Amino acid sequence: MTKAKLTFTDVALTVNVPAGTCIIEISEKIGSGITYGCREGECGTCITHIIEGADHLSEPSALETRVLKENYAGHKDRLACQCQVLGGDVKVRPA
Amino acid sequence: MDDGVDWIGALDRDLRSFDVILKSANGTSDISYAVRGSAGLAVVDTVKQEFADVFFRNLEQLAADEEITALVLNHLEPEHTGAVPALLPLVSIATVCVSLCGLQVLGGLLKDEFERFDLRPLKTGDTLSLGNRTLELLITPYVYWPETQCTYPEGAGLLFTCDLLGCHFCDARLSNDRVGDFRFSLEYWFARIMRPCKPYVTGAFDLMDPLEIDMIAPDHGPVLRAHPDRYIEHYRRLVTSRLASEAGAEKSLLIYFDSAYGATAEMAQAVYGGASDDEGFRPSLIDVYEGELTPFVDLIERADALVLGTTTSNGDAVRTVWDLLASIVDIDTKGKLAAAIGSCVWTGEAVPMAQARLRGLTMRVPEDEIRVKLCPTKAEIEACRALGRRRAGHLTGAIALREIDLADLTAS
Repeated sequence: MTKAKLTFTDVALTVNVPAGTCIIEISEKIGSGITYGCREGECGTCITHIIEGADHLSEPSALETRVLKENYAGHKDRLACQCQVLGGDVKVRPA
Repeated sequence: MDDGVDWIGALDRDLRSFDVILKSANGTSDISYAVRGSAGLAVVDTVKQEFADVFFRNLEQLAADEEITALVLNHLEPEHTGAVPALLPLVSIATVCVSLCGLQVLGGLLKDEFERFDLRPLKTGDTLSLGNRTLELLITPYVYWPETQCTYPEGAGLLFTCDLLGCHFCDARLSNDRVGDFRFSLEYWFARIMRPCKPYVTGAFDLMDPLEIDMIAPDHGPVLRAHPDRYIEHYRRLVTSRLASEAGAEKSLLIYFDSAYGATAEMAQAVYGGASDDEGFRPSLIDVYEGELTPFVDLIERADALVLGTTTSNGDAVRTVWDLLASIVDIDTKGKLAAAIGSCVWTGEAVPMAQARLRGLTMRVPEDEIRVKLCPTKAEIEACRALGRRRAGHLTGAIALREIDLADLTAS
């Protein structure tokens, strides 16, 4: 199975995860400062800044694109409850 | 209030509890405003549903339904939108001006009716024309809900601020140059409503700075038509009101504890000792059982990290700890580093409970709590010292990146 390295810089921790892992699955377990509201991509609470490796993330859905826009998110921001790590090295921090 | 601007709200003398988060000694006012231009009339916010009749009576005296061309929703909490469902069908040609975040709330409010209306999501600088008068919108999020905005009728020297600079105070004289002494309520409002949003309050004032403001019109409490600049200045002081910390640019850690027999205190002292190893770091050790809680909450607001030591009694944290954890809701804790530690005799439930609460307050809690049985061993004391060193390292950037496998998380 393809592996990826997902780094949460706010808690200085890298987790080796299988491809397809959603950021939300890891960030809560390790106590990162990324916070969640609806957990379904509607509220925008979990906007997360992608420091490196944006190309290794799943494409944003129409829903995620809309919610990011509605919340004035930057072009390197994603919803942690929606995007999956597909491989490589990805570094994130709370937006 | 001004040429073409009217107060069309309602006085709620009997309100004593608001949103279950603050009290009101003498009621409040739910305020809506009407702004008339040569091409129509805009309603700015409405009132609580139970006062919708009063609102409509006030509005009918000013305008026929067909004259209402816009509804501006600066804030969508229920006491600002209680008349919206009844108002919109009457003025179906009206443009609804609301921020993008506000659209989500409005959708929930209007349900199936949502699609019927001309909904304009706005950004700062967008304008609405009423003919000879233009309203400018300023998006001011988190003062104090995500969708809050202010509205500025150009040339009127007036700013509608929804909850910003509002308060619960009921006086039919309406404006601050005539009502009774409401200062206590203004400051109480800041402490309970705006304090967790301090950076956003500052951001909103920065946005207002270029505007000529002779009058501030909030949705609750007196209209501030005398010395509005004093109120903005006072709010800015409240944002930075505490004595500056001697820590300056150094990162800081608070180690709070309560301890029944001294074991949790010993652990807290070890955390302090470990954190103190870093000369460029500023830890503080405080027995929270021995003081009033309010100043301790104030300290958390400025600190970068918190380690909370708690004893367990009857399978729970003691009242001092819960009171502290409940009071933290008044400040912004997002992103602060946190951890819980504690000694226990049996299972030590208080420690994970406290840790869960710290996480619930959106603090960063990157490690499991430290729980020990009765008196800590040398190894357990060293673990606490190491926790202190890691906290310092996290904040000063000296800590090395750790790497783990997903299986390590699943196992824990």
